[in-house]
Amino acid sequence: MGGRPSRRLGSESDPPVKFLAPAVFAFVTSLLLTPPARAIELSIVSGDTGNGIKVLREILDRYEKKSGNKVDIVVIPPSTTDQFGQYRLWLAAGSSDIDVYQTDVIWAPQLASQLVDLTEATRDVVGAHFPSIIQSQTVNGRLVALPIFTDAPALYYRKDLLDKYGAKVPTTWQQLQDTAKLVMDKERAAGNKDLWGYVFQGNAYEGLTCNALEWVMSNGGGGIIEPDGRISVDNPKAAAALDRVKGWIGTIAPPGVLAYQEEEARGVWQTGNAVFMRNWPYAYALGNSENSPIKGKFDVAPLPAGDGGHPVATLGGWNLAVSKYSRHPDEAIDLVKFIASPEMQKYRTLKTSNLPTIAALYDDPDIARQQPIVPRWKPIFLNAQPRPSASARIKYNEASSQFWTAVHNTISGNGTAADNLAELEARLTRLKGKGW
Amino acid sequence: MSAARRSPLARRRVRTAWLFLAPMLFVLAVVAGWPFLRTVYYSFTDASLADLNARQWVGFDNYLSVLRLPSGRVLYDGLLVDRVWWRAVWNTVRFAAISVACETALGMIVALALNAEFPGRGIVRAAILIPWAIPTIVSAKMWQWMLNDQFGIINVVLLNLGLIHEKIAWTASTDTAMVAVLIVDIWKSTPFMALLILAALQMLPREILEVAKLDGASPWQVFRWVTLPLIRPAVMVAVIFRALDALRIFDLIYVLTPNNVQTKSMSIFARENLFEFDKFAYGSAASTLLFLIIGLLTIAYIRLGRLSFEGGR
Repeated sequence: MGGRPSRRLGSESDPPVKFLAPAVFAFVTSLLLTPPARAIELSIVSGDTGNGIKVLREILDRYEKKSGNKVDIVVIPPSTTDQFGQYRLWLAAGSSDIDVYQTDVIWAPQLASQLVDLTEATRDVVGAHFPSIIQSQTVNGRLVALPIFTDAPALYYRKDLLDKYGAKVPTTWQQLQDTAKLVMDKERAAGNKDLWGYVFQGNAYEGLTCNALEWVMSNGGGGIIEPDGRISVDNPKAAAALDRVKGWIGTIAPPGVLAYQEEEARGVWQTGNAVFMRNWPYAYALGNSENSPIKGKFDVAPLPAGDGGHPVATLGGWNLAVSKYSRHPDEAIDLVKFIASPEMQKYRTLKTSNLPTIAALYDDPDIARQQPIVPRWKPIFLNAQPRPSASARIKYNEASSQFWTAVHNTISGNGTAADNLAELEARLTRLKGKGW
Repeated sequence: MSAARRSPLARRRVRTAWLFLAPMLFVLAVVAGWPFLRTVYYSFTDASLADLNARQWVGFDNYLSVLRLPSGRVLYDGLLVDRVWWRAVWNTVRFAAISVACETALGMIVALALNAEFPGRGIVRAAILIPWAIPTIVSAKMWQWMLNDQFGIINVVLLNLGLIHEKIAWTASTDTAMVAVLIVDIWKSTPFMALLILAALQMLPREILEVAKLDGASPWQVFRWVTLPLIRPAVMVAVIFRALDALRIFDLIYVLTPNNVQTKSMSIFARENLFEFDKFAYGSAASTLLFLIIGLLTIAYIRLGRLSFEGGR
């Protein structure tokens, strides 16, 4: 959805490709040593945001050269909620059309039975990845997907505007609200009529679950469903957090934020029409790209804290899984390992500012120079909060949908936060039944 | 009919007719009948998409199940007591009623205008069909962009005309989400209505209209008492087509406002349960009910409208 601003704004500079030299050398020698195999056609499905698809294509071009196989990208919409429905359909039909799926960090338990166990094939490489991410993709002892990048959201802010009005980077939601209001009012009075204070992901979809988990949890309102399976969402602190957000709609956030996903929020932000934005690290590289009106005018900070005292960032991240129904599982696994390799993760990070899943890359000098957000974001992603997909297991999607529906109702003014959360708790209890 | 029993020629004709119909019936049975029966069957099981073969028969539990607690309380569960489902049914029926009514009225006006003789009529007729010719997904995306709250052209135009004072978040606000969907649907489907009504208008015998005029009837009287009764059967059929379409509404809402409670239609509800949630059987039950509801509404409409499909009117 809303990919249009990205195409206009999303051009980016070419980083040096020096680090590829050893890879090219290895590739040439491997060509000399192994006879070329029959070309195999693979397909990979992805609904990445920003310039993610373009960078994936560049990575695949390298793979095609190295392996002699052909890989097609099947591009689908970036809404995770839509993607899951489509994946479900393909997998349930036992479709062999798709060999490799790009999967969200939360999906492993729900799709595990239809994905290939990668444990054996990746034994040599998993050690380089963060153990917690590998753990999140392991279901009943089977590694069902290999991570290619991880995600932890940032508070994007306009340095120039904050400096202009002598405002500090907010560390609490209250400060964010006040600063956003201050800057927005003064700028609007000065003629900048389209400026808004804060944009985030308020559409009724999985992204709202991420945003709302941060509001609720940083306010001391718990994690919706706790690791032991207890439903904890109906409490005054959670209600207070949602009430605060409700107050933002139409004041510091445009009313349309209730229909924004990542790219719509970035559209407002990157045209220079927002003081603050909550988004994933991918928006960093795009905001600093050649034609961006806000190039060099912004920076990132951890999300603000609520009354709970500490900020919360929802753990995101994307992985590659091989379909059980693939006709070429060995080649598909090979492709997955190639895309997840340190060289390609570095390439991706330089182009997209996605966070790598390989610990060593956070100390890489090229990355530190070109995408300074990455080393700074290591502690934030290490402390990021997973969504309750591990506790809700196969019922997670429905639980998440009920949560985002309650939140969306509340912030769009349908019922009070307290009522909606009480109803949500009743619904989740019924959904849980005898157990998750 | 009774002649068929007697005359060998008629019997042969009937046999030939069946022979010609057979391929179509076979294809229909394969692509529509079989999936439909499967869906009905799944709605009586606890099937899950993760493993369709592990299903078990659960009877009517997906529609209505009664749970008696030891304390004596009785809990009802299932589609028939699901408030979200009934909200979706209400959304769909309301959407269908409003959109078809507007499309019929507008379509009638457009058809009457196009029925008049004026230079360039051929071009205008072709041009007015364009919205109908654009695939729904494409027009939905196009309108989504035009309705965008910050960059959308509609807000810019309305602002510049001074009709609104601040930008409206068309697809986000609970007050305007359904309006946005209706606007796009009416824009898209009015040409279809206009085309069918225009076809009916062109079939009208000119003499009757001229006689009415000679008798001194005003244009409105001619329309109300001559034209309208004569094109009524065609309009009724066109309305049925549109109503069936509108009751199944999916693509437009799926693109514009997929997860909003205010616009969720029956089809969206069914899809969500079938594929997104782990409730394939429940979604099948919703699909089955959707079929029954549309069927009942159509039968009711045909009865009330005293519509005849026997032809010859």
